[in-house]
Amino acid sequence: MSNAVVRKTLISLAVAGAATLAQADVVIGVAGPHTGAYAAFGEQLWKGAEKAAADINAAGGVNGEMISLVKADDACEPKQAVSVANRLVDSDGAVAVVGHFCSSSSIPASKIYEEAGVIMVTPASTNPTLTDQGLPNVFRVCGRDDQQGDVAASYIVDKLNAKRVAVIHDKDTYGKGLADAMKSTLNAYGVKEVMYEGLTRGEKDFNALITKIRSVDADVVYFGGLHSEAGPLVRQLREQGSKAIFISGDGIVSDEFVSVAGSPKYVDGVLMTFGADPTSYPAGKKVIKEFRDSGYEPEGYTLYSYTAMQVAVAALANNNLDPIKGAKWLKSHSVNTVMGKKDFDSKGDLTVSDYVMYEWDAQGKYSQVD
Amino acid sequence: MDIVLQQLVNGLTLGSVYGLIAIGYTMVYGIIGMINFAHGDVYMVSAYITAIALALLTFFGIESFPIILVGTLFLTVAVTGAYGWVIERIAYRPLRSSSRLSVLISAIGMSLILQNYVQLSQGANQQGVPTLLTGALRFHVGDGFVQITYMKLLILFISILGMGVLTYVIQKTKLGRMCRATQQDRKMASILGIDTDKVISTVFVIGAVMAALAGVLVTLDYGAFDFYVGFIIGIKAFTAAVLGGIGSLPGAMLGGLILGLSEALFAGLISSDYKDVFSFSLLVLILIVRPSGLLGKPEVEKV
Repeated sequence: MSNAVVRKTLISLAVAGAATLAQADVVIGVAGPHTGAYAAFGEQLWKGAEKAAADINAAGGVNGEMISLVKADDACEPKQAVSVANRLVDSDGAVAVVGHFCSSSSIPASKIYEEAGVIMVTPASTNPTLTDQGLPNVFRVCGRDDQQGDVAASYIVDKLNAKRVAVIHDKDTYGKGLADAMKSTLNAYGVKEVMYEGLTRGEKDFNALITKIRSVDADVVYFGGLHSEAGPLVRQLREQGSKAIFISGDGIVSDEFVSVAGSPKYVDGVLMTFGADPTSYPAGKKVIKEFRDSGYEPEGYTLYSYTAMQVAVAALANNNLDPIKGAKWLKSHSVNTVMGKKDFDSKGDLTVSDYVMYEWDAQGKYSQVD
Repeated sequence: MDIVLQQLVNGLTLGSVYGLIAIGYTMVYGIIGMINFAHGDVYMVSAYITAIALALLTFFGIESFPIILVGTLFLTVAVTGAYGWVIERIAYRPLRSSSRLSVLISAIGMSLILQNYVQLSQGANQQGVPTLLTGALRFHVGDGFVQITYMKLLILFISILGMGVLTYVIQKTKLGRMCRATQQDRKMASILGIDTDKVISTVFVIGAVMAALAGVLVTLDYGAFDFYVGFIIGIKAFTAAVLGGIGSLPGAMLGGLILGLSEALFAGLISSDYKDVFSFSLLVLILIVRPSGLLGKPEVEKV
């Protein structure tokens, strides 16, 4: 504990130094929910960024300049995100930001970074709007919600050879967006869905809807939504004797999905799209080992955050620390990271989505489908 | 054909649950003319008590389903009934002589308190209970089939039983006569020696008990609930009570069935996106033709 405190104090001293005395350091902000309900994710972001900065500094820094990190707490609240973003660019003099975590924070903050000419690389915000705004400085090292739909649709067509697909969503931004993305790719493959309907969030009885799914004889049910509705839905589907394959997105990646469904036997065989296991890349072996040796398991978004830091630093290092040129550069150059080689398109999204298909088993665990 | 029959079965079970909860709204309205907005949350509390009772019974090593069912029903009904009594005692009785509006606000406050209390003490997570009763009756119709799970049969059976017993109590017993007397004229009833405060408390307990029956059955059937689960089902049950004629006991049951059937048939045969729109349009239409609901008596304005 004391070690961490000392370390944080040193960093903040270094930051204070950077802001007042030594303008030579490269200041990078790490923005995310460091307090509040999502503080666990903020911790992952900080751990990853901190380790990346330490490794880069140990290897000689960015063109000889040392990185100093500034922690910025948005608590996953849009208003606070805007005010910490202003602080980062105005008083801290950050040239790049790793963050934010929540899409609802990243989107308003991105405009401030754009005005200030600061590179923003988010490890976790998947909402399509973030990069669809067309800001030149915004990048993400995670997937987009609509890429999940693509992965699901091609899996349905190529692997399952399904012809009768029922598309269900929960009428919410995330769920309907996901279902629509899947549907449009599906239609592009020439498969027309046999049913497209919304259910009401918060309800638990979907029997009427399921009888209808049965009546159209669907062999695949795609659901855009969260585990709270997916659980009862898949359970009632099985209770009504349907053997249709149930597919959903990263909204059901939670152990609660199993308890809400009532029994692991109901989730057996359920498919879902989710980011590829970040610890599976060979390039990350050394970093993961060092994390584990220090007694920290690099779970969740830790390695995404490490990757985001590497991307931001690569852009700065190759462009004489100029963030505006760096942002342009990123769109035509690839970066080697602990999560493999990353390329960005003109919007700042990854050119290759890392979504893969996972399958739940009868024990209530999920594993990647190869 | 099989699909229509199946939707009728779906609607019937859903409707009987709405009916059970609607009883709480309609009886309370009948007796003191207030809408108990906390009633949906009483249902929510009963879902949590069901899970706790299940955990307790399994902890003591009881595995036979009938014993678990009876034990859970008994515990949940008792504790939820106590909630109903306490809520009336602390939130509504002190306001008995104030305006209707104050009681209404008190009810909304009670609803928020229950939600937040459960959220804080039990967590905001989705909760689940394991499936205890599986299997279904299946009838072949044409080339398809119509099925009703044993759990749904149980829901129908206990709902009908609960409503039957309640109707008997209200129509034939001394307690029922006191309830009806208090409903017709509270002042006169109390002059004639009826302890109306006690009757009102009893009505709250009866409403909570009916909600608890629904809570146990629905929780055992769907297995999933959270601190917000009382909101939607509460609104639906309230709608059912208004549809059938608020204040009328058979009206609540009829309203529940009509609402459940119309939702299932509309969602199943036309579109599930607009099923709520359809149900509420139906409510508006019925209220235009019969302003006091299907079985309600026209209200005499009490000023």
